[in-house]
Amino acid sequence: MITQRLLNALGGKILWVAAILLAIAILVPASNLLLPVGHPLRVPNYMVALLGKYLTYAMLALALDLVWGYVGILSLGHGAFFALGGYAMGMYLMRQIGDRGVYANPDLPDFMVFLNWQELPWYWWGFDQAWFAMLMVMLVPGLLAFVFGWFAFRSRVTGVYLSIITQAMTYALMLSFFRNDMGFGGNNGLTDFKDILGYPIQATGTRATLFAITALALAVSLLICSAITRSKLGKVMVAVRDAESRTRFIGYRPEYVKLFAFVVSAVIAGIAGALYVPQVGIINPGEFAPANSIEVVVWTAIGGRGTLFGPIIGAVLVNYAKSWFTAAYPELWLFALGGLFVAVTLFLPRGIVGAIGQLRQYWRSRSARDEGGAPPETPETEQVAAEKTVRARSTAVSPVLGAAKPQPAE
Amino acid sequence: MPRTDTILYLDGVSVAFDGFKAINNLSLVLDKGEMRAIIGPNGAGKTTMMDIITGKTKPDTGEVFFNGSIDLTQHDEADIATMGIGRKFQKPTVFESHTVEDNLLLALKGQRGIFPTLFHRKSSEEKARIGEILATIRLEDRRQDFAENLSHGQKQWLEIGMLLAQDPKLLLVDEPVAGMTDAETAETARLLREIARTHSVVVVEHDMHFVRELDVKVTCLHEGSVLSEGSLDFVSSDERVVEVYLGR
Repeated sequence: MITQRLLNALGGKILWVAAILLAIAILVPASNLLLPVGHPLRVPNYMVALLGKYLTYAMLALALDLVWGYVGILSLGHGAFFALGGYAMGMYLMRQIGDRGVYANPDLPDFMVFLNWQELPWYWWGFDQAWFAMLMVMLVPGLLAFVFGWFAFRSRVTGVYLSIITQAMTYALMLSFFRNDMGFGGNNGLTDFKDILGYPIQATGTRATLFAITALALAVSLLICSAITRSKLGKVMVAVRDAESRTRFIGYRPEYVKLFAFVVSAVIAGIAGALYVPQVGIINPGEFAPANSIEVVVWTAIGGRGTLFGPIIGAVLVNYAKSWFTAAYPELWLFALGGLFVAVTLFLPRGIVGAIGQLRQYWRSRSARDEGGAPPETPETEQVAAEKTVRARSTAVSPVLGAAKPQPAE
Repeated sequence: MPRTDTILYLDGVSVAFDGFKAINNLSLVLDKGEMRAIIGPNGAGKTTMMDIITGKTKPDTGEVFFNGSIDLTQHDEADIATMGIGRKFQKPTVFESHTVEDNLLLALKGQRGIFPTLFHRKSSEEKARIGEILATIRLEDRRQDFAENLSHGQKQWLEIGMLLAQDPKLLLVDEPVAGMTDAETAETARLLREIARTHSVVVVEHDMHFVRELDVKVTCLHEGSVLSEGSLDFVSSDERVVEVYLGR
């Protein structure tokens, strides 16, 4: 009975995806560590890091889907939360370097010595403690999302205007992080990391562990998002997306519903950023670039908005394509990405996952008709049949996708 | 009349948009348990009046009291909704990508905070109440269907059902039979009369047949204030009403 309840609360499909992620979390590191180098089934070291990076992107896309697919907030600044989580992790990794930097200063990171700073700025205090850094990874993006959302949603800023100010937010953060006197390494950002929790960051074992943690974190985030969207609050979220003022007149406060989703989403994005930094070995202000946030929107749209697992698929596929393209035809990548986005918007408005759902429904209804014998002839029954297909189409797609039909981005 | 016995009390209410007086010194009193029909030509201020009562628009001057003592100008939409004023819009607005049942579940009276809603579990009382409402609005066999697939009339009923689920003290119903067939209109009149037995109701409507079927006191608005008030026969024989509204 408890398993049944769990199944209802989390959604059957989502549990499958989470199980697959769990399997990946075990199998990829196991194959990398246990099989001898050169074995055909061994996942090479570079691949572990690459896949780990894709999974952090997938987590970011999942976070965006929670606010865009379910509450209709098209955030064009989600990369900011990712980058802030990344910086919090980066600061911890910088402090772990200790006196092994180029200047061998035990108290200050290299770039501060270079800038002739005498002491550690107050906002770096505590980042030598792992627990404090982990807390900040969640707290800083969460707090920014809370403050930003509090003002934006309470002033009833919606649609395009909201998208534009999220974009402005990440742009402003990028400009300020570029400044040397901000104390975050300026242009170069934070890099040259040595250890994480005392383990050498470049070691194969550490990398494999980081990969496993990333896959686990993605699975847990997916389950949390699924539980939220399947709760009554999730239904209110979709209601706010589709008819905001109606929800107000039955007594809900859309601004708080949005704020909740936005903060949860920002925290997930922050954790994704924190897992990204040790795997790629650097964080710099480029991560705040507006184009990055827009790319996240593209992954989400391609995978299938309002489905939770669609964006995961979208992020991995698009980034795999990016890795391949930028190696094979570097100058063509941006055209390919733009073309893909246009094609998906035109031909697959519900993304890959939505298209598969529709295709399955099509085949099912076809085989049902083939078995069913003579088709209805009278105009009346034809009309009934037509009505049924209309209903079937929407019922087919919606439950498959967690009962959330993507709406045009206002 | 003492204010304490009223469910809705508007006195000297005015509101202007860019200099245009949408509501001009409007006074309207509704007794507890009363059903009132409001008629008036386009632009008479009917919808603006509803906006003021539900907190969407703040009046420039005047008093708006609910249940005798609650000053509605001091509260916002969500507050007013939870205090017991339900509103049905002119254009049927239901949650299209939710099932009929979920539409009612969301409207059902209960806690509206974020965390109570997040951890909400549907109780058996709630299920029973949803069943009752579905029977009242005659949508029992559409329970699991998506609201977007309902007909126009059925959406109107679903919205009335959502009002019932809120269990408000006062229902504001804006043009409930617009675009309905005659049979659907008669059915809606029956539904509203049934609701009026236990609730106070304000109905805004253009359809005179429908207003006649409701058989209640009528208020005619014109240019933002009350032009005439009384039985439908009295109002429709009032020369000024004939001139502005019925005058053909």
